[in-house]
Amino acid sequence: MVTMREEQTAIRKEKKRSAIIKEALRLFATKGFYSTTIPDIARSIGMSVGNLYNYFGSKELLAQEIIRHISAYLGARIREINESDLSVQEKIRQIVGIYFRTAKMEPEMIDFFLRVYLSNREVFHEGCEGMICVNEFVTEIMIFFDDGVAKGELKNQDFFSAFGLFMGYLGGMVFLNGERILPKALDDYVEEISENIYNALKAS
Amino acid sequence: MRLLWLSALACNGNAHTLLNYPDFERWQEGFEWLYHPLLPSTHTLLEVEEGIDGVEVLIVEGTLEEGMIKNSIPLQYLLERYASQAKWILTVGTCATFGGIFARGGEDRNGVHFSGGERLEEFAEFWEKSISLPGCPVQPEILAGTLSLLKEASPLPLDRMHRPKYFYAYTVHDGCTRNEYFEYKIDEHRFGRLEGCMFYEHGCQGTFTHGSCNKILWNGVNSKTRAGQPCMGCTEPTFPREGLWRTPKHMGIPARMPLGVPRRAYLSLAGIAKAFNIERFHRPLLEDEDG
Repeated sequence: MVTMREEQTAIRKEKKRSAIIKEALRLFATKGFYSTTIPDIARSIGMSVGNLYNYFGSKELLAQEIIRHISAYLGARIREINESDLSVQEKIRQIVGIYFRTAKMEPEMIDFFLRVYLSNREVFHEGCEGMICVNEFVTEIMIFFDDGVAKGELKNQDFFSAFGLFMGYLGGMVFLNGERILPKALDDYVEEISENIYNALKAS
Repeated sequence: MRLLWLSALACNGNAHTLLNYPDFERWQEGFEWLYHPLLPSTHTLLEVEEGIDGVEVLIVEGTLEEGMIKNSIPLQYLLERYASQAKWILTVGTCATFGGIFARGGEDRNGVHFSGGERLEEFAEFWEKSISLPGCPVQPEILAGTLSLLKEASPLPLDRMHRPKYFYAYTVHDGCTRNEYFEYKIDEHRFGRLEGCMFYEHGCQGTFTHGSCNKILWNGVNSKTRAGQPCMGCTEPTFPREGLWRTPKHMGIPARMPLGVPRRAYLSLAGIAKAFNIERFHRPLLEDEDG
């Protein structure tokens, strides 16, 4: 039986773990993976380096946990859209909206994805083989495509052709936004981009 | 136990398959064929038309067609007469059960109780004593085994389509020798080869087809999937599906999931399994280990 004291310890540890992930995410996303050290992260949240290693055995493992965390975050939101009764066109609009809103409200998440996960592949080779660490996110995109084809609203084509078009487009826009190249705010592009994606993927 | 075998539109594959039952000679000592198209029988077909008594099990093979005349009288008349008399009715093979291949070749053709997966009203009064033994053809062990169980008055649990669960509660995937390839989502199959799972590209329906093909091997030695050909789903109401050798997909995702598996569960597991490149599964099984 779990005692109240054990339960409190577990809650405290989980809070600490979340704090480490949050701070490491911020530092990795802004300074990059290699320019951020474990002592940097520990100092930022006021804990000892030794204690931080009790939570994550290496910087690589911490980075892998972060990408899983981001994938679960986005996956859960897309799952809600998948389980709704919206039309495929409206679902696309919602997914684009969520992606851009995340880029705005939690910019470090998308930055980490673009600047660490996609750029420092060697960090993820062992433990994040293939798409394991982004499985929750990719699974929901698969379900979205699968439903769309089953309903006759989306064209039946190679998964990666469609996935690349959808996610590459969004990633590119967020990247341009991060570089301050876009003349308008990301939100202003939701309608047009959603329409473009729908037109590119819809069944003829 | 006295048996009467009536054929409708049939290739007689089920009549023949019984001859392959390994223990046939000893098995049939417990039965009397009142009429069978191939085996020595007590009566001729003409006598069956005129009317015989004592039928305990009516066995129907083949697709029914509206207005079909069996020799000189309507088949429907014969079916009704002997179905009323019999204690049990066996629809043997997918044609007699669901309509099967012959139902695709003309109008107003169906199984005794089903048109595909849809229940029919016509012989509804006999449904409770009917047992479905689909397959193209049925496995001889299933036909002989079911008749033996009926003779011994043993319990015979049935599924909702009245298929005996002893034989149809399993899927053809159970016992498939390619399970490792399925687990790690590796197709790389070529027809007739030992390697690769045929679910992803080659149309294999084993994971959602009820049957014992990989549990009770054909002729005691083999099955389609073991020999390198996909399961065609021949025990199901959907048989024959068009395009038997390719997997219908939605953007690369199999359109039909393994029996009872939610798409999200399947896709999550598939994503993880695919991530690992396990070398052993990409090598021919019989290749020299040094080679």
